[in-house]
Amino acid sequence: MSTATQIYEIVLMNLKSIPQRMGASLVIVIGIAGVVGVLIAMLSMSTGLNKTLSATGDPNRAIILRGGSNGELSSFLDRSANTLIKQDPAIARHTDQLPFASGELIVVTEVPRKGQSSGANVSLRGIEPKGFDIRPELKILQGRKFKPGLRELMVGAGAYKQFDGLQIGSKLKFRGSYWVVVGVFETKDAHDSELWADLDTVQSAFGRTGVSSVVVKLNYSDALEDLKRRLTSNPQLNVEVKTEQEYFSSQSSGLTNQIGFLTNIVAYIMAFGALFGALNTMYSAVSSRTAEIGTLRALGFGNAPVVASVMAEAMALSLLGGLLGSAIAYFVFNGYSVSTLGGGFTQVAFNFAVTPSLVLKGLSWALAIGFLGGLAPAVRAARLPVTAALRGG
Amino acid sequence: MIRKYFPLIWGALMRKKTRTLFTLLSLSAAFLLIGLLQAVNSVLSGGADFLGANRMITQAKISFTQPLPMRLLPQIESIPGVEHVGHSQFFGGVYQDPKNFFPQFAVNPQRLFDTYPEWVMPEAQKRAFISTQDGAIAGRALADKFGWKVGDIIPLDSFIWTQRDGSRTWQWRLVGIFEGRDQEWSDRANLMYLNYGQFDEGRSERARGLAGVFVVRVKNPLDSERIAAEIDKKFENSADETKTQSEQEFQLGFLKQLGDIGFIVNAISGAVFFTILILTGYTMSQAVRERIPELAVLKCLGFTDRTVLALVLAESFLLCFIGALFGMIIATLVIGSLPPEYPVKADSSVWLFALLTTIFLAIVVGLPPALRAMRLKIVDALAGR
Repeated sequence: MSTATQIYEIVLMNLKSIPQRMGASLVIVIGIAGVVGVLIAMLSMSTGLNKTLSATGDPNRAIILRGGSNGELSSFLDRSANTLIKQDPAIARHTDQLPFASGELIVVTEVPRKGQSSGANVSLRGIEPKGFDIRPELKILQGRKFKPGLRELMVGAGAYKQFDGLQIGSKLKFRGSYWVVVGVFETKDAHDSELWADLDTVQSAFGRTGVSSVVVKLNYSDALEDLKRRLTSNPQLNVEVKTEQEYFSSQSSGLTNQIGFLTNIVAYIMAFGALFGALNTMYSAVSSRTAEIGTLRALGFGNAPVVASVMAEAMALSLLGGLLGSAIAYFVFNGYSVSTLGGGFTQVAFNFAVTPSLVLKGLSWALAIGFLGGLAPAVRAARLPVTAALRGG
Repeated sequence: MIRKYFPLIWGALMRKKTRTLFTLLSLSAAFLLIGLLQAVNSVLSGGADFLGANRMITQAKISFTQPLPMRLLPQIESIPGVEHVGHSQFFGGVYQDPKNFFPQFAVNPQRLFDTYPEWVMPEAQKRAFISTQDGAIAGRALADKFGWKVGDIIPLDSFIWTQRDGSRTWQWRLVGIFEGRDQEWSDRANLMYLNYGQFDEGRSERARGLAGVFVVRVKNPLDSERIAAEIDKKFENSADETKTQSEQEFQLGFLKQLGDIGFIVNAISGAVFFTILILTGYTMSQAVRERIPELAVLKCLGFTDRTVLALVLAESFLLCFIGALFGMIIATLVIGSLPPEYPVKADSSVWLFALLTTIFLAIVVGLPPALRAMRLKIVDALAGR
């Protein structure tokens, strides 16, 4: 028999006999499933967060902030700047000839997390009427829009799920006065974690006169460059101009890096532990088959086929474990929604996302552990003298 | 008793050194993870209370980012049982590069010394801080990091506060370097205090007179809960409603903002535990299965069924215990080497959790093979049936 045929025969025989070694095989499968499950669960957290944050912002929208501020929360533009910015010709105009622009004020409020007494910071965004027109992706899931001049709130779908007391009709107390929740909206991005209200009402309630940012819809494709050039060179203004996408991705990079770092540490430690578990079980799987391997060798099977058969078993079991782990991670975590501290010191709500690329990553980890765990026992099996092996090691 | 049986148990573990070593390594990895995760969990779930709190923080109820006006200070001060009141505004300054982040707070110097007696510095420097309008003091750890000396001018770009002329760069004169009164406080001395004088005068008209949060030091810690309630009652239904909590709880609030990671932490700990249970359980049963003839010999020699059961259980305990101990020691070292900004501690509750987990693991893992060993019939075992 050629080596290739030998490998084929022996691998096939080995894989077919796996059910006879059910105990040992299950241990490898479950051990690897644990590692892959944890790895995917943790990575799905950062993937989900990324997905939410990178979905925020339309490349055709620009955000204007005070120069040098590191986010909307620390930015401040006074009333005159708000008016002046909106006159720029790079900004598209609605059919009523008013610019597609919304001066927006961010203030931070504390809302209790579900089932907890301690509050979490949630952004309250005061927007101008055009704020709805420039965001066509916004859908109202329940209720209605707030009415200008009234202390009425709309809550984002993510905030609605994560925090207590945001049902329609419920009242929130900010700075000594009550606000009524009148609607739930969804934008499928970072705004879903916010509360929205009328700009003028927020300004008066919080004793503020200006806005944090101006969000505008651009008129034509190169409009950003023109807008940026005109606004930054205007001596009356001290502003920074960014596309919305640019702004939101810069806000989130630190957070996603941190989460990614922690995820990897946990996964590496876990994989380290599972590697030795796999080594143990593969060694014992090999040692229980010592006599069988000896017989094969006596029959004329070479070293390569023996190594291949042990490796094939280890890899097949690991793959199975990887699939099991991925499936568990998918069913337990996919779509699980949480909120954490995002840019600007307020909450951002997001869903865990188990994507195909994560599953692939999990499976490649599983195969890597299987390969490392199977290699040493395989080599040992191949090196064992035939006579010793026939006696059962 | 222990001395009599220990060599036997040890011998059983050393029978296959590689296998024992591998099992120990995977146990250590598992307990390293469990230790780290539980340390995080215990910080987040640890409900801080007023017990022994002689310092409280009064923030705006709406959010600590909303500064409270200075006019509340005398009102808080007048509450019986309040010893000192200070105020503190986060400055948000960047020194040279955003990566060099360290916190700075604009404070009234005398009130800082009254509310934080834990910071120690020479009397002359204290007086210099009080009397220098653009003065600043830095913690020893921070000053050493950047090589600052008393007298240096330190420019900070604030991402929050602009000066009246629109500039964001503020210059501060370093007039003192403080240290902690003990090691714990010295480790935390990586922050900077700025004199409120220049800060309030320099910022724009409409931001003037905002104090930030108030630091309230009470005479008797037992009164703190009552005083907190009294402060909040005083400003109820005003535009500046307050929330007063112990300093510890205020700091935990920052961490809790990170979110409901308790579920994630517990899910991962559970998965780690289950995985290690299966791996170790298999190894133990394998180890006992190989030794069946030997166990039969022991019984022939007169070891009772119970002793054999105890021997196998003890082996399982020893294995789990060594692995867990090793993992927990690494976890403690890792946690200990974290910078002081991370208040994660491997305290006694974490160790207790690990101990209970180890005992549970050892029983679950050891009992089935131990029972099997106990029920062995000598004849069958010797015959290899």
